[in-house]
Order: sequence, then structure tokens, then C-alpha cells
Amino acid sequence: MSEAVEPARREATVRVFRGEDRASGGFVDYTVPVDPGMVVLDVMFRVQQMRAPDLAVRWNCKAGKCGSCSAEVNGRPRLMCMTRLSSLPATEPITVAPMATFPLVRDLVTDVSFNYEKARTFPNVKLAPPGPDGKRRMYQEEVDRVQEFHKCIECFLCQNVCHVIRDHEENKAAYSGPRFFVKMAALEMHPLDTHSRVEMLRAKHGLGLCNITKCCTEVCPESIRITDNAIIPLKERVVSEYYDPLAWVKRRIFGEKEPAAPAER
Amino acid sequence: MSVQPRAEHDERTYDVIVIGGGGAGLRAAIEATSQGAKTAVVCKSLFGKAHTVMAEGGMAAALRNVWPEDGWDVHFRDTMRGGKLLGNWRMAQIHAQESPDRVLELEEWGAMFDRTPDGLILQRDFGGHRYARLAHVGDRTGLELIRTLQYRAIELGIDVLMECNIQRLLMDDGHVAGAFGYWRQTGRYILLRAKAIVLATGGAGRSWRVTTNSWESTGDGLRLALEAGAELMDIEFVQFHPTGMVWPLSVRGLLVTEGVRGDGGTLKNKDGERFMFRYIPEFFKAETADNAAEADRWYEDKKNNRRTPDLLPRDEVARAINSEVKAGRGTPHGGVWLDIASRRSADYIKRRLPSMYVQFKELADVDITKEAFEIGPTCHYFMGGIRVDADSTATTVRGLFAAGECAAGLHGANRLGGNSLSDLVVFGRRAGLHAAQFAAAQRAPGAVDPTELDAAVARMRAPLERQGGEDPYAIQSDLQDTMQDLVGLIRTQSELDEALVRIRSYRERLSRVSAPGAARYNPGWNLALDLESMLTVSEAVTRAASLRKESRGGHTRDDFPKADPEWAKVNVVVRRTDGELALQTEPLPQMPAELSEIVTGEGKATAAAAPHTT
Ligand SMILES: Cc1cc2nc3c(=O)[nH]c(=O)nc-3n(C[C@H](O)[C@H](O)[C@H](O)COP(=O)(O)OP(=O)(O)OC[C@H]3O[C@@H](n4cnc5c(N)ncnc54)[C@H](O)[C@@H]3O)c2cc1C
Ligand code: SF4
Ligand code: SF4
Ligand code: FES
Repeated sequence: MSEAVEPARREATVRVFRGEDRASGGFVDYTVPVDPGMVVLDVMFRVQQMRAPDLAVRWNCKAGKCGSCSAEVNGRPRLMCMTRLSSLPATEPITVAPMATFPLVRDLVTDVSFNYEKARTFPNVKLAPPGPDGKRRMYQEEVDRVQEFHKCIECFLCQNVCHVIRDHEENKAAYSGPRFFVKMAALEMHPLDTHSRVEMLRAKHGLGLCNITKCCTEVCPESIRITDNAIIPLKERVVSEYYDPLAWVKRRIFGEKEPAAPAER
Repeated sequence: MSVQPRAEHDERTYDVIVIGGGGAGLRAAIEATSQGAKTAVVCKSLFGKAHTVMAEGGMAAALRNVWPEDGWDVHFRDTMRGGKLLGNWRMAQIHAQESPDRVLELEEWGAMFDRTPDGLILQRDFGGHRYARLAHVGDRTGLELIRTLQYRAIELGIDVLMECNIQRLLMDDGHVAGAFGYWRQTGRYILLRAKAIVLATGGAGRSWRVTTNSWESTGDGLRLALEAGAELMDIEFVQFHPTGMVWPLSVRGLLVTEGVRGDGGTLKNKDGERFMFRYIPEFFKAETADNAAEADRWYEDKKNNRRTPDLLPRDEVARAINSEVKAGRGTPHGGVWLDIASRRSADYIKRRLPSMYVQFKELADVDITKEAFEIGPTCHYFMGGIRVDADSTATTVRGLFAAGECAAGLHGANRLGGNSLSDLVVFGRRAGLHAAQFAAAQRAPGAVDPTELDAAVARMRAPLERQGGEDPYAIQSDLQDTMQDLVGLIRTQSELDEALVRIRSYRERLSRVSAPGAARYNPGWNLALDLESMLTVSEAVTRAASLRKESRGGHTRDDFPKADPEWAKVNVVVRRTDGELALQTEPLPQMPAELSEIVTGEGKATAAAAPHTT
């Protein structure tokens, strides 16, 4: 149990980014007492209570469910509330920095409005009418596939890590990023949806800019296989439907699913 | 107060503003917009992160996909009985009748619930519900609910003012005229003028030490309502969820969904005894299994067996766990065991309860498919809240509506699991509808008195300007200890008296609170302001708990251990007069005879009582 794997750490030193802009701000070390089982977010609370009451940290659920507490811990994009101290080396300070891809608000908090703007740029589901008995039927196998994408907690860690925008501010206008590829995959693979977003994915959302590095998949705290299950199937659709617009019509009429989906009803 | 130049602020005007971006607030905003009202949602955290996102087990609605025997009448009966007959009958009726449509509507907007083999929405068992009734998505139903409403709100182009904290409602001649607050990201003030306001601010469980609630649940809406002249009701009833994590300390209080028991998990004490069989109250004897064999058969065959006592309503289970621990039959860290590992396959557990599996594995190094784990009661839900009209959700203040956890009535003395998410969409929709109708009948938002704004700014700025005063974190921490120790699951007069004395001393400390730093994203300052709500609500809970001299549902008095028929006839109502809280009891609305029959009988409606059944 926890006592066994936990190194006997009584206190921890965290090296936290403080400041209102990246140029003038810098890292400050805080050493605070810690208890067994603690996560990085607990340490931030200790810092607030004991050293720096105005330390800006964004959080809500402290259970890995809301996606608010994203930061870069020892250089790795993570949820602070799901990062156990015992998983980090006890010998050196733990660095905690704000996500790099979004403008800084203060300390560990960034302005993630880029993502909320992108969320407004594609149509929601529009379901086919119910069956003759007035009911809508979907089967667990079809639903499973989409539910993987619905697990997304909008932590935006994948957006943060994707080099297309992390290293190229200029791409932001024309690129929606992995979170929204996941969202559009969910909509596209909804068994009863009637829209097509394929042309839009190519022209407006920059799907072609993604070169399948899989960095997004690696950081996703919900273990969504973003690249394999969302992006690659979408890319395939763009190829087949962009060059053969009838493919979409056919798929809708004949109800043919993605190759991976079980056809059994 | 020193004279200062009027503070700069942003200003926006709407027909309806909805304060709260959880399930209730989003559903209200969607409805108000659909009615043609220019609407905004305001929330303290980012869009889509409200407390609702954490809901796990499911939402209750008599869809009859799994049990055709179910119906609104049975759901109505379960809700009234679960609430120890103190709930508002009309709200319980509306809720039971409308929740199936609200669930189907979510599906229309993109929600994907787990399915029956026939392709319909699957329903799961939960405590106090006679039939498997909860539409769910594994153990992350709240995420599905909020995401669905979020993208529906986006589709309708609704304005969302996020990380914006409302600190005051503005009144014009007894009628709401707007709201005033600040943007957390910049510290700038904002004035929202509106013809109608919906409060959907959620619960107030943050004032307890061991809680499932996040920093947001400070009960702001309850304070705002009181200050505007509205009333609170049933505020003594706080639900302690029986199964929170207890170890390690850093996750103490974190919820373990009732779905674990709904899917076959069972409670055991340190001797391995399934102790719940010893705690079946008279009220539920007829419908509860009194032996393990019957309880286990019930999962598969509900017609011929009675339900397991592991799934008694939450108040009963929480008290039983408390008694076991007190009697020395608890686990090493002061809880009891919850065991699903020995009862269901690892595959089944991972499929049905994926986030529980991850939560324990990552945060406690426990594999719930292999071993039993420790759980104990945790502060979870406010049955009480703002008193509203059952049909329209209107408060007693003109233009002010309330829905969701911040409103009172539906759940009476104890809420059944799953009845909150359905509450949010049923009454959220009604709040949006009636607020939009109210707004349509007004020519323009009421006038705003600039001196009120000045007073609000002065109050909000004070902690930033004061130096070396009281520390907001210390006040919060002391308040949490007080509410946990003295106004917890089991209450007694001397402790309630002591709590009140302490709460008053915290209020005095709060008047000297200081928050170092600037206004830009400053959690210390934000907390200093939210403490006002926490103290107001804590005082209301403590005084109402002290007034109700009986035990019922979420309110247990050591010194009055029995339910008292006289107290079954009244609600405790809280108002604010001359800046002080005033409490009084008021008679419950009379339930029509045909509905009483449903509650006392088997739960089948007569034709006369069921005009809305389809
Ligand atoms: C862990 C957990 C699991 C649960 N599981 C279930 C379940 O399975 N089934 C079920 O039915 N119920 C469940 N519940 C209960 C249910 O989730 C809540 O009661 C419900 O989500 C409350 O929704 P709400 O819309 O009323 O408020 P919330 O979702 O709490 O939202 C409140 C909103 O108000 C905003 N707000 C508050 N104050 C202000 C202010 N001053 N200014 C601006 N905005 C403000 C907040 O920012 C937030 O957006 C669970 C609760 C928890 C904690
Ligand atoms: S796989 Fe594509 S979306 Fe993901 S990080 Fe790489 S480039 Fe970005
Ligand atoms: S896809 Fe994963 S990493 Fe990206 S926002 Fe969603 S949960 Fe976070
Ligand atoms: S605080 Fe919600 S994910 Fe970390």
C-alpha cells in the first residue's frame, strides 16, 4: 500500500513559476512539509497557505475529472492533481511551470480562450429522426467507440504539447488542434449524426498540418488514443471523401461504418 | 469609508443572466435562449468545469427501458419516501414526470448513454430507487451531461462569462436589476444588467473538512438570495455520502460512486461482516432483504427479491458506517470496507467503473478489482437551499429564479442518488423558461443605484488594501474543522451552540481579513470574498439544525434520536432581516389525496392521479 512505495519524504521543495509575463517572471523555490500520498496540487495548496497566499493556480475537482489544473511538472505536461509526489525524484526540486502554448495570466494560470474559440467553429450533432416506434437505437459497440472520445476532460494538455501551435504561433488561426480533432471524430462517428465535417476539417481546421507525431496521445490523461483512433481515421476520410465526394453519401445511405467498427447490430 | 473615485467597470446588458455554469445553469440558459431571450451564463471557473462534471453514477428517470414496471408514480413515491416525506410533493411530481423527456433530449443533443442489448438507454440500480432507473455513462455521467449542454449552448451562441465571480445582486424597488462582480483573470469589476436572473450556483459543502465539493461550492447563491430578500428552506439537511475515500489523507473525502454498490459491491466491517443487515429501519423493512442470499439474488431478479440494505438511502448507510466505526469495528484509517473485488470479475469492474479503478490505482495504490478498499462518510450535497415555487422556480423576489442544487424542495430531508442530475435539467429548463417569460414582460432592466456599486466595490477591495490582517486560508481551515466536528453527520445541542459561537468569531476575523498581492488571479483574495458566503450558509445550517429537535434524513440529533411527527409537518425557513438571519417554521404544502395514496401504497398511480402519463 501507499506507505510501502512512498519514499520517506517529510518536506518537498517546489520550484514554481511566478509572474505576470514570461519575460519578467521567474522561478521561486518554496519548501513546505508534505504528507504521504500527496499530489503536486496539494503542495501548491501548502505553498498558498504557508508562503504565498496569492499564488495563482487553477483547479476544481482535484480528482482528474475537470481538466483545470494542467501545468508542466518537471517539464512534462500533466494534471497537478493526478501527479503523486512519490512518482517524482525526491532528490531534486520539483519544477512547476504554466503551459507554454497559451498566453500567461499569472503564475501557473494561462489564458486558454484559444480553445473556447475553436470550440465554436464546427456544427454540433444533428441526429437522424427516430425509428418507426419513436425510439432511437444505438448499440453498445457503436457507442463504445465514440465514448472513448467523450472521456475528454478538456485539459488542453494535447493542445499545449502539439508542436504545430506550440512552436508556431502563426498556425493558431488555421489549426484547431488534437482536442478538436477528437471532438470532430466523436461527431463524425456518432452513429446517428447527419452532418459531414470532412471538407471543413481539411480547409478550416488544418487537419493536414498534423504530421502524426503522437505527442498528444502521450500526454492525454484520459488515455484517449488521439492519433490512432481520431486523427488517422479523419485523415482517411478526408482523403477518400475529398477526392470522392460520393463516398460520404454512400456511407450515410448504406449505413456502412468505419472498417474498425463491428457491423453486428 | 474613505471617498474614492468611482471604480471602473465593464458593463453588459441582457434579458436573462444565469449565475452558474453547471447542469442547472446551462439547461436554464439553453431554454431562455430558445425562448428568444438574450442570455448570458456566468461562472466562477472555466466553461465546462463546474461541479456537475464530477457526477458519476447517473441520472434518474423512469424511462422504463430496463423495468417496464417502472413509471413516474413509482419514481415519485421513491423520491418522497427517500426524502422522509418532507419534500415538496409538486416538485417531486414534476421531476418524476418530466425527467424521461429531459434525458431523451440530451441524447438528441449528442449525449451517448450506455445501451441495453436492444439499443436503448441502459439504466442502473441506485440506493432508494425501486427499479434500475439511472441513465448513465460508465461512472462519468456528469461529464457527459455537462459536455452535451456545453456544446448545445455553443451551438445556440450563448454568451459565457467564465472565471467571473458575482458578489452582489442589484435591486430596483424590490425587483432584481442586475448583478455585480469581478473577472478573476484581471480583477476588473463587471456590472451585468438584466430583467431576470436565474441562480444556479450549486451547493455549499466546501465549509466541511471532509467533502466531495470543490472550492466553488461556497454557497454564494444562497447568500445572494438572502441578501436580495429571498428565503432559504430545509437548510439543516446536508447529505453525507456514505462512501468517500479515507486514505491517503490527501484524497480524504473524494467520492466513491454509489454505482460500486449498485453494481454489486458490498459493505463490510473489520470482521468481514456485512453489517448493513443490522441497520434496516422499520420504514424500509418491507422492501429490504434481511439476509445475504436474498440481497445477492436481488441484483438479478428484482421481482421476487427485496433490495440489498447496502443500497438503503444514503442517510441510513452513512449513519450505519458511523456506528460501526464508533463501536470499534472500523478499518485501520477509520472507515469500513467496500468490497466489489470478491464479487464481480475484474473485467466487469473495469468496464462499469473505469474512473473508480483509475482513481484508486493512481491516488491510493489500491487495485479495486483485487482488494476491498476503505471508505467513510463525506459531506456531499445540500438538500436545502433557496425556496422556490414548484412550477416556475420563482423565488419570493420579483425576477429572481433558482434551480439545481442551490434550490430547495425536491429532495426533502434526503436526496436519492441520481435525482440531482435529473433535477438540474428538469428545473433548469423551467427556470430558463419562466425567467425568459418574466423578462419578456419587462420593458427594460431596472435602474442601478451607483452608490450600491460603490458599496460593493469598497467591500470587495477591502481585503486587498488591508495589511497584516487575518489570513483567509486560516479562517477557512478553522471553519472547516468546526463544521466537520460540530455540525457533521451526528449533531447535538451543546455542539451546535459551540459552533455558533465559533462562526461568529470567524465573522469578526473576516472583518479584518487581508489578502496580499494584486487583484489579478489572486486566490487568497477570491477566498476572502467567498468566505462571506461560507459563513452565512454555515450559520444558517447551524441555527436550523439547532431549531429542528428531531432526527430525519440528513439531519441526525444525538439528543433527539427519533423522528417526531410534529416536525414532519413543517419546513424551517430562513430570511434575512436588518442584516441578521431570522428562522421560523412553516407548514408543508398539503399533498393531494391521490398522490398520498401513491406514497403510502405500492407506487402505482390511479388513473386520476396520472394525468401526465404517456
Ligand atoms: C463527486 C460527485 C458525484 C456526484 N454524482 C452524482 C450522480 O451520480 N448523480 C446525481 O444525480 N448527482 C450527483 N452528484 C450531485 C450533483 O453532481 C450536483 O448536485 C450537481 O451537479 C449540482 O449542479 P448545479 O448545476 O446545481 O451546480 P454546479 O454544477 O455546482 O455549478 C455551480 C455553478 O455556479 C457557479 N457559481 C457559483 N457561485 C458563483 C458566483 N458567485 N458567481 C458566478 N458563478 C458562480 C460555479 O462556477 C458553477 O459554474 C454528485 C456530486 C459530486 C460532488
Ligand atoms: S499527432 Fe498531430 S495533433 Fe498530435 S501532437 Fe502530433 S502533430 Fe499535433
Ligand atoms: S484529448 Fe486528452 S489531452 Fe486532449 S484535452 Fe482531451 S483529455 Fe486533455
Ligand atoms: S483539478 Fe480537476 S483535473 Fe485536476
